[in-house]
Amino acid sequence: MTTTAQPRRGVQALNEALHAIFASRDDVVLLGEDVLDPYGGAFKVTQGLSDAYPDRVLTTPISEASLFGVAAGMALRGQRPILEIMFGDFVALGLDQIVNGISKFREMYDDQVTVPLVVRAPMGARRGYGPTHSQSLEKLLLGIPNICVVACSECHDLGALLTAAVEDERPVFFIENKLLYGRPNRRPEDGHIGELAVRESGDPYPALIFSATDFTEGTATVVTYGGMLPIVLDAVTELILEHEIFCDVVALSQLAPMELDSVLESVARTGAVVTAEEGTLTGGFGAEVAARVQNAAWSDLRAPVRRVAARDGIIPSARSLEDDMLPSVEDVVTAVMALDGVAR
Amino acid sequence: MNQLATFYERMFFIRRFEETLLDLFSLGKLVGTTHTYIGQEANAVGLIDHLDPEVDTVFSNHRCHGHYLAFTDDAFGLLCEVMGKAPGVCGGKGGSQHLCKGNFYSNGVLGSIVPVATGIALAEKRKGTGAVSTVFLGDGTLGEGVTYESLNIASLWRLPVLFVVENNYYAQSTPVELELAGSIAARGAAFGIETDELDTTDVELIREAAGRALGHVRATGAPCFLVLNTYRFSPHSKSDDQRDPAEIEQRRARDPLLVAGARLDDDERVAIETRCEERLAETVEAADAAPAAAPGVAA
Repeated sequence: MTTTAQPRRGVQALNEALHAIFASRDDVVLLGEDVLDPYGGAFKVTQGLSDAYPDRVLTTPISEASLFGVAAGMALRGQRPILEIMFGDFVALGLDQIVNGISKFREMYDDQVTVPLVVRAPMGARRGYGPTHSQSLEKLLLGIPNICVVACSECHDLGALLTAAVEDERPVFFIENKLLYGRPNRRPEDGHIGELAVRESGDPYPALIFSATDFTEGTATVVTYGGMLPIVLDAVTELILEHEIFCDVVALSQLAPMELDSVLESVARTGAVVTAEEGTLTGGFGAEVAARVQNAAWSDLRAPVRRVAARDGIIPSARSLEDDMLPSVEDVVTAVMALDGVAR
Repeated sequence: MNQLATFYERMFFIRRFEETLLDLFSLGKLVGTTHTYIGQEANAVGLIDHLDPEVDTVFSNHRCHGHYLAFTDDAFGLLCEVMGKAPGVCGGKGGSQHLCKGNFYSNGVLGSIVPVATGIALAEKRKGTGAVSTVFLGDGTLGEGVTYESLNIASLWRLPVLFVVENNYYAQSTPVELELAGSIAARGAAFGIETDELDTTDVELIREAAGRALGHVRATGAPCFLVLNTYRFSPHSKSDDQRDPAEIEQRRARDPLLVAGARLDDDERVAIETRCEERLAETVEAADAAPAAAPGVAA
């Protein structure tokens, strides 16, 4: 237990949630590479778990392509496997199982089965890990029907999200941006995080809606998730302080199936949308949000939706090159300023 | 009825069921594709006789009808499924390759099913049910890498999996010598898995060998790797067969129905065949009359 006012770090919040989940359900099993104590996983999320539950934490061979199937088989037979993928980039090795098995079994077997598994996948860059250990590959999953993609941000209740994922009858892909492990899990206090008012909306994977005007007015809605949230919040603060421009921010946690009620409610006030994601631009999260918002709220929009994302290329290893590739605070500020009717 | 007669009846029914599917294609009553089990019936019937459908599980592949019929005896559900009819076992959503009923599953991507069957074994072991997870592979499946990851995991974790390789010497149109290096049986042995290999179409010999293999899994909790060298007389799917007809003809001397049928009285054999034909005709009539699968109405 922490004794200071400092909130828990993300890794602690997730670790405590895992311990609580294991204590409350004995059908939960965790599989992954290097997850045993004292190592406790590459990012230490499973620390202490194998000491407490030696029969329910399985360290595995380096066999991601099969492990997705092993987890699926367990889920088909009534267990609740949590599969830890060391780096989310390696989800690519499991795509056959995801596309042709995990996502299909329930519907193609005419609802005779469910596949209640959780895949925990650390994604994201800004740590210098280079092209194959830094990606945000959520967009590969967003186009697969019948799975749930949940991305946590440092302002979400991480434990509640993970617990809901384990309770979910659907296959859940639980995206953990690596930076949130080391950062404080900042939760709203009295409806505020910092100077911004915050509402939470949606169950069991809520969106966080931030407003600098107590939800009365705004110039644009910035739609984001995961590791981009702190960058977007910095950009929004800069827009207020330096340009007196007030934006709503909507941080989704449920990316798929995509539900945008909270976004549409905000857009009705602001009339403009900027999307912000860490993955590469083309065919991504922002494209899907833009298509849906333009269909559902065309009459509310005064400007085309603008997207902020990584450039369509690799994520270089050198930090200076990495920074140049990834979306920044300035990119978000610039995108908002470039909306019709904003720049003065 | 003695055991051999029972086996003959099961094999003959599978044979005629599969031949009937090919006829129904010709009549335009089936669309899509099918992969018939004609010639391999002794494997399914001899092996699955040892399984308890209430406890044990089977994961099969694209060529799954024989396994399904031997495990579930649900000819109507299968035929409706293949014909796209509402009473199909998966409501017409799965079709020929994607079946599920009780403890039986199949899927259409080679290799994909092997880790899932391994995970089923892990779950059943944890639950302490005593179930064996049987998974049917072919020689073609041995080209898929996840197969070997699963052999490693099943051996490493001592999981109750029976890996059955039905080597019919062809991966679709490609003969085994163009798709497979080395020994099949050695693949299981290399992972420290108990391995056995047979080259027969005799259902009684297959039953014996399967009994040994399953006995090993049940007694030790560890996996077993059983290679059944076999042959299919039918094309890979419907009419895609460029094999030398002389080769197929030569193999017909070892037709499992001839091998088993020769040990039955002619009267008994004919009575069995007549019973199968009648059952099949009734099944086809009922399936033909069943309503087509209809899209669900949105709530």
